[in-house]
Amino acid sequence: MPTPVFSASLTLTNTITSLTTLSETLTSFIFMALGAMIITGLAAVLALVGVYLERKISAHMQDRVGPMEVNTEIPLLKNIGHGWAQTLADAVKLLIKEDVVPDAADKKLHLLAPFIVFAATLAAFAVLPFGRNLIISDLNVGLFYIVAISSFVVIGIILAGWSSNNKWSLFGAMRSAAQIVSFEIPASLALLVVIMAVGSLNLGEIVAFQEGGIHKWLIFQYFPFNLLAFLIFFIASLAELNRAPFDIPEAESEIIAGFHTEYSGMKFAMFFLAEYANMFLVGVVISTLFLGGWSSPFGSFLNGSAFFHVFWIALKAFSIIFVQIWLRWTLPRVRVDQLMYTSWKVLTPFAFVAMVGVGLWMVLLN
Amino acid sequence: MLYNFATVFVFIAFGALFVGINLTLSRLIQTRNPHPMKLSTYECGELPEGDSWIHFNIRFYVIALIFLIFEVEIIFLFPWAVVFKKLGTFAFAEMMIFVFILIVGLAYVWVKGDLEWEKPGSVSDQRFVEVRKESETGELVA
Amino acid sequence: MALFDSVFYGFAALTVASAGVMVFSRNVVYSAVGLLFTFFGVAGIYVLLAADFIAIVQILIYVGGILVLLLFGVMLSQKGAGVDFRTGTMNVLPAALVVLGVFVVLFRVVSNTTWPVHAPTEYSPTTATLGTLLMTDYLIPFEIASVLLLGALIGAAFIARKG
Repeated sequence: MPTPVFSASLTLTNTITSLTTLSETLTSFIFMALGAMIITGLAAVLALVGVYLERKISAHMQDRVGPMEVNTEIPLLKNIGHGWAQTLADAVKLLIKEDVVPDAADKKLHLLAPFIVFAATLAAFAVLPFGRNLIISDLNVGLFYIVAISSFVVIGIILAGWSSNNKWSLFGAMRSAAQIVSFEIPASLALLVVIMAVGSLNLGEIVAFQEGGIHKWLIFQYFPFNLLAFLIFFIASLAELNRAPFDIPEAESEIIAGFHTEYSGMKFAMFFLAEYANMFLVGVVISTLFLGGWSSPFGSFLNGSAFFHVFWIALKAFSIIFVQIWLRWTLPRVRVDQLMYTSWKVLTPFAFVAMVGVGLWMVLLN
Repeated sequence: MLYNFATVFVFIAFGALFVGINLTLSRLIQTRNPHPMKLSTYECGELPEGDSWIHFNIRFYVIALIFLIFEVEIIFLFPWAVVFKKLGTFAFAEMMIFVFILIVGLAYVWVKGDLEWEKPGSVSDQRFVEVRKESETGELVA
Repeated sequence: MALFDSVFYGFAALTVASAGVMVFSRNVVYSAVGLLFTFFGVAGIYVLLAADFIAIVQILIYVGGILVLLLFGVMLSQKGAGVDFRTGTMNVLPAALVVLGVFVVLFRVVSNTTWPVHAPTEYSPTTATLGTLLMTDYLIPFEIASVLLLGALIGAAFIARKG
């Protein structure tokens, strides 16, 4: 069973404790804090990379080039070109933008909402396995925890919409919350097939179950039920991210910017970052559950060190993200009643079918 | 287990701290040009009319209610799924009874039309409850 | 176990303080936010009691379900922000006496019960145990729970349809 990287730190902690006067709890706290800082930084950087990728990929799909201007004078980085520093410039711009809070808004809740949304999204990163021993927190209820955290985000969104005291914000927030909540049911049901096959909620164990090559990936087991579950989970996660084709809450042409209409500057940046960090989170979760996580598709070839593990999971996660971006810029937006229809009358019954199918299969053949 | 949860808690705290640091940083270096127009509610450049809340569409509440029931069902499904491999046929049959009863619930809500979302352009749903004030002339403000 | 105790007191303080905000706040949305942190504090206490699955269930159902329902109800029926949620109290003295009486009764009950006041010594994952128990020892309550949920669903949908 994979051990968290910081259980190695426990041995390190003991050595340090014996060498210095720092207590054991303080040292382990320092390691936790370090891990949290690294992952926070990583999530923020990945969110920025995600924004850049979205702009570039959408640009090329629309037969244009996207941002090309922003560049630096640093010799080596200058040659990359292609406006790679665009998101950095955007981040700096958002940092120095004025934080306009409307008079009618509830200032305390207006301030609280980005905290809840970002902290909840970031908290889910704690249980993601990036390698055999590269998990920050090897929770035994890891998968269930990820499901629960996304419901935390709904509260943040509702508070953001409410506190703005703007009909469009509130309407967007309500719709967004109803959408996320409706799609949580098929998403959770689709996860059941994974849990039934592996027998554990621990993400490290789920990946360990799929180690050994592409034929062991959960997406190909119990065909076609797991594939059905994968598709259901993918579609449901698109809706939970409020991405097209389910992006009514953020429909730029309809209700301005939805629940973050009245947010400017860094608070808006936090919502924005949270959305793209969530995109990356979904990418890693789908890769972990269905596509073998950090394990190599070639079995033990290229599966040795942590470097390869990170490479594989990054590759899989970014492929999922690419498909998400692709879908956004290809498909039209669905109406809200079509959205509800999809969730309750299409995805939920099919998720039940997948679960019952896998259950029957496991019972009859074992 | 406590160690893992402690790590998670430290993570949440750091997430909040990250937001806090960024917001404070922004507050230190942002431009500040207060103008009364900036304080007004945004409505695509028009002046806001009417009060700022929405029609009470009972759909939202019904969907949240149905979601809650199914979520409670899901929390029963998760531990069952974890031990499913070990327990065998009997557990499967028991859970199928559970799921069947709840599918009956889903079917009921489906047939009775509680999952319908109002199609845009249809005649107003009779469950619409208008909670807006009227303007001074007595007409309903858009 | 000073760390354990201080963490417990921290979560307990968070829970009680948020419950205080929830009860005494005049803005009903502030009360909802207080409730959010109360649930979070209770989830933390569940973790300290080695109930990891229940802690996550607390977040999932209470925060993700019940609080969302509450907020929808509040926000879709309020006439703008800042509705004064308190009802007027006509008879302060009799009310205070009744409240004091109830408080004394509860306090006596709580202090005279023998609570098992020790932290769990063994922290093992509970999900598999819960699953097994639900399927074996507690099967009847489990199936009855499904009927109860069905009844709740039908009843709630019916009421929402009518009202």
